[in-house]
Amino acid sequence: MFSSWPILSLLIWLPIAAGLIVMLFGDRRANAARWFALSTTVLIFIVSLGLILGFDTQTAQMQFVERVPWIPALGITYHLGVDGISMPLIVLTTFTTVLVVISAWKVIQEKPYQYLAAFLIMEGMMVGTFSALDAIVFYFFFEGMLIPMFIIIGIWGGPRRVYATIKFFLYTFFGSVFMLVALIYMYFQAGTFDIQTLHDLPLTHTEQILIFLALLIAFAVKIPMWPVHTWLPDAHVEAPTAGSVILAAIMLKIGGYGFLRFSLPITPDAAQTLDWLMILLSLVAIVYIGMVALVQKDMKKLVAYSSISHMGFVTLGIFIIYMIIANPDNPDGSGVSLALEGAMVQMISHGLISAAMFLSIGVLYDRMHTRDIKAYGGVVNTMPWFATMFVVFAMANVGLPGTSGFVGEFMVILAAFKANFWLAFLAALTLIIGAAYTLWLVKRVVFGDIKNEQVAKLKDVDAREAWMLGILVALIILIGVWPNPLVDVMHPTIENLAQQALTSKL
Amino acid sequence: MNLASLNLQPVLPEIVLAVMACVILLVDPFMPRRGSLVSYILSLGTLAALFLITLLQMSDTVRLSFAGMVVNDPMADLMKLTIYVLVAAVFVMSRQYLKERGIDKGEYYMLGLFAVLGMMITVSANHLLLLYLGLELMSLALYAMAAFKRDDGRASEAAMKYFILGALASGILLYGMSLIYGATGSFELTAIAAAAAEGAADDIVLKAALVLVVVGAVFKLGVAPFHMWLPDVYEGAPTAVTLFLAAAPKIAGLALLIRLLVDGLGPMLADWQAMLIVVAMLSMAIGNLVAIAQTSFKRMLTYSTIGHVGFILLGLLAGTAEGYSAALFYTIAYAIMTIGGFGIILLLARQGHEAEQLDDLKGLNDRSPAMAFVFLLLMFSMAGIPFTFGFWAKLAVLQAVVDVGLWWLALFAVITAVIGAYYYLRAVKLVYFDKPVDQQPLQADSNVRGVLVISGAIMLIFGLYPTSLTVLTASAFGL
Repeated sequence: MFSSWPILSLLIWLPIAAGLIVMLFGDRRANAARWFALSTTVLIFIVSLGLILGFDTQTAQMQFVERVPWIPALGITYHLGVDGISMPLIVLTTFTTVLVVISAWKVIQEKPYQYLAAFLIMEGMMVGTFSALDAIVFYFFFEGMLIPMFIIIGIWGGPRRVYATIKFFLYTFFGSVFMLVALIYMYFQAGTFDIQTLHDLPLTHTEQILIFLALLIAFAVKIPMWPVHTWLPDAHVEAPTAGSVILAAIMLKIGGYGFLRFSLPITPDAAQTLDWLMILLSLVAIVYIGMVALVQKDMKKLVAYSSISHMGFVTLGIFIIYMIIANPDNPDGSGVSLALEGAMVQMISHGLISAAMFLSIGVLYDRMHTRDIKAYGGVVNTMPWFATMFVVFAMANVGLPGTSGFVGEFMVILAAFKANFWLAFLAALTLIIGAAYTLWLVKRVVFGDIKNEQVAKLKDVDAREAWMLGILVALIILIGVWPNPLVDVMHPTIENLAQQALTSKL
Repeated sequence: MNLASLNLQPVLPEIVLAVMACVILLVDPFMPRRGSLVSYILSLGTLAALFLITLLQMSDTVRLSFAGMVVNDPMADLMKLTIYVLVAAVFVMSRQYLKERGIDKGEYYMLGLFAVLGMMITVSANHLLLLYLGLELMSLALYAMAAFKRDDGRASEAAMKYFILGALASGILLYGMSLIYGATGSFELTAIAAAAAEGAADDIVLKAALVLVVVGAVFKLGVAPFHMWLPDVYEGAPTAVTLFLAAAPKIAGLALLIRLLVDGLGPMLADWQAMLIVVAMLSMAIGNLVAIAQTSFKRMLTYSTIGHVGFILLGLLAGTAEGYSAALFYTIAYAIMTIGGFGIILLLARQGHEAEQLDDLKGLNDRSPAMAFVFLLLMFSMAGIPFTFGFWAKLAVLQAVVDVGLWWLALFAVITAVIGAYYYLRAVKLVYFDKPVDQQPLQADSNVRGVLVISGAIMLIFGLYPTSLTVLTASAFGL
């Protein structure tokens, strides 16, 4: 019954329209703006639940499809639809935006209406990116979301916000223009921007390599992969809490989603040729960036590096499939779906965990106005409820069984064993690094004796913060102990994708 | 040709405009209190009347008149309509500025209308002489406008520079035209095209002529490496005049190139394509790089203009109907963005404070959130970010060049666009992230604000749904 509604269009344009309306509220009606934004985001989240209810988990076909001509002169069609990999990401987006609006309630006092407007517009653009089935529609939203993020970091960010936001913008813009030229090139080969048609477009090996590299620049910057990750720590440290949450929870996922939606199906042979490069970069991210995280003095920067390291598992899961089928000891090629599903679960789970970590740091920052790890110590004595939840998030970040962090990493490592024992060994070994930096952070911030007077005066979380973090605790544990519904949603799509990714176009 | 068969109807808008411009010229000195209210109203009325006439005369066919000298085709109609609207917007915005600086004279509107007449003749010309006549009529009016603030040293210098270099460009263009006549034996563009197609294209004289007309035309447009006059003129002229110079004349400039190169020398596509590739690349690179180094907002916008013209040439040099349509689409987008951009200077300026520096932008968001949002849309549109008009314009020209296999040129173009994004972002940063230095309330009247809001709204509306305009520009080239 839900599939007859234009749910996707609602999810895109309702927040954008609401964002433009919030902009009219002005400074004097800040509270009205907050309530309006909250009720809109909750409404949008409820509408997005319609996607879950109406979703058919038996098929890899696109669902909730909407298709109307948009700009015929340029060959662009307004074509939307979701499958098993985009639907969970859309729900994650609408869910995170609700949390983000709640987190800003008291903290943001400078022009709150513009702040909320930026996040609402951002929400619509992110949903648009995940549901686009026309390459230019994808690019339209992919690139458009730079505008609100630029404003969010630049106005409400920390002391070096201008440097961070311009760096963020230019890095991402630079990456994506190569994708744009590649998309236009394919348009003239295929005669359409339709993504599903591009999946079947025959391309020579050289063309595939060039297109793959063009897409790689765009998505590698977004994920981000080593060595183009340097914008992320800067952006995270300077961004306001909610900005970091959206960046880590959703925007990074767009890079991983791009690989699944574009790179694998459109350029399978190039991906196979260059899989060594991708795996190498992923391992560097996991190992080297993990070590970098270990030495950070700033909590946000630590979590930012940990995000890059965790996204390394996503790219590892995506590109290891070519090593799995190339492994002579594994003739039936089993483990391919496991790797891709692991990457997807890791994306969703990291979305929740990183959101939780950044929100927790935000809770501390709002009280102490510092993110320096040294300034903390013994928080558990004054904020027991907070400490409990923070430890849960930290455990999830480590990948403790029973939390969502375990599921994705375990699936990817299991799949890696099918490819190469030593590779899997290396990836698994890095879990120790993850445990090291996360637990050391917890030890220094939460446990121990009360470090100073400021910590002694801390007040525990209020109802608003408790709800915000409590929901995340519940979800992280839920996915940790019962990931089946999530995996079931993805399964047919992943099977189909694996087939596309492993079928040569030559 | 006898007078009885002379059909004046195709040039009715031009005739009405010429008459009205002369009427304003006569009426203005006899107005009791020196002030330009009557001329202002008459000019706007004239433009509105022209809009109606052209709209009623619009048709999908190509109509030749005056023994093939004048052509009215869908492209000419669309360009003329755009010119009327742009010029009317400039007039509306300029009035307060002129008044406050004591140069509120009827001549501004009268000269503006003569410039419009020149643009219309250029747009509708199918004959080299007519093309030249239109171009010169426009240029002469613009020289005088640049010198409008005659007691100001900077403005006089700008006008002088503009006049001398403009005359040089006209000379080069005219010499090229005379060689074309020598090689093909005709002034009429259709006949020139026929002669070129029949073998005259290999003639070394025609090739030399081509070089000269291309140089002359891109000189007039301010394309690198012939751009040196542009920043000085745009910066030196009073802002109300810069607004005029930067918007509508670019449409006429595009028309000049299309008439000359496509209608006249179309068979020599390969030759002029190579030349335009070089100047377009230089323009995009120089415009976007040098803009970064500017401390004056007005000068920064001028260099950004040079970059934009490079993008417009990308569409043109593709040599396909899609490409010409993309170039026209880009030019319209550019003209509206530019009116908004220079309009921001009018917004921030007041008596005794010209607000031409980048620092004057600081903290606009604290002074007026609505205007700051308009500014944001304009800047991101110039940078070519989605959700704004400018994105589709860039996409259209990139499609046009990739279509003819020049994907490396598209790659070069997008890299310059990324470089260009930096200074647009810096401008947005000043408006949104910095605290205001100038605490005085904005004094611009509702005319300036109104046009700015409309231009911002156009950025957003065409940013979401440019289809109506793409249909128009496509039909202008028979697509």
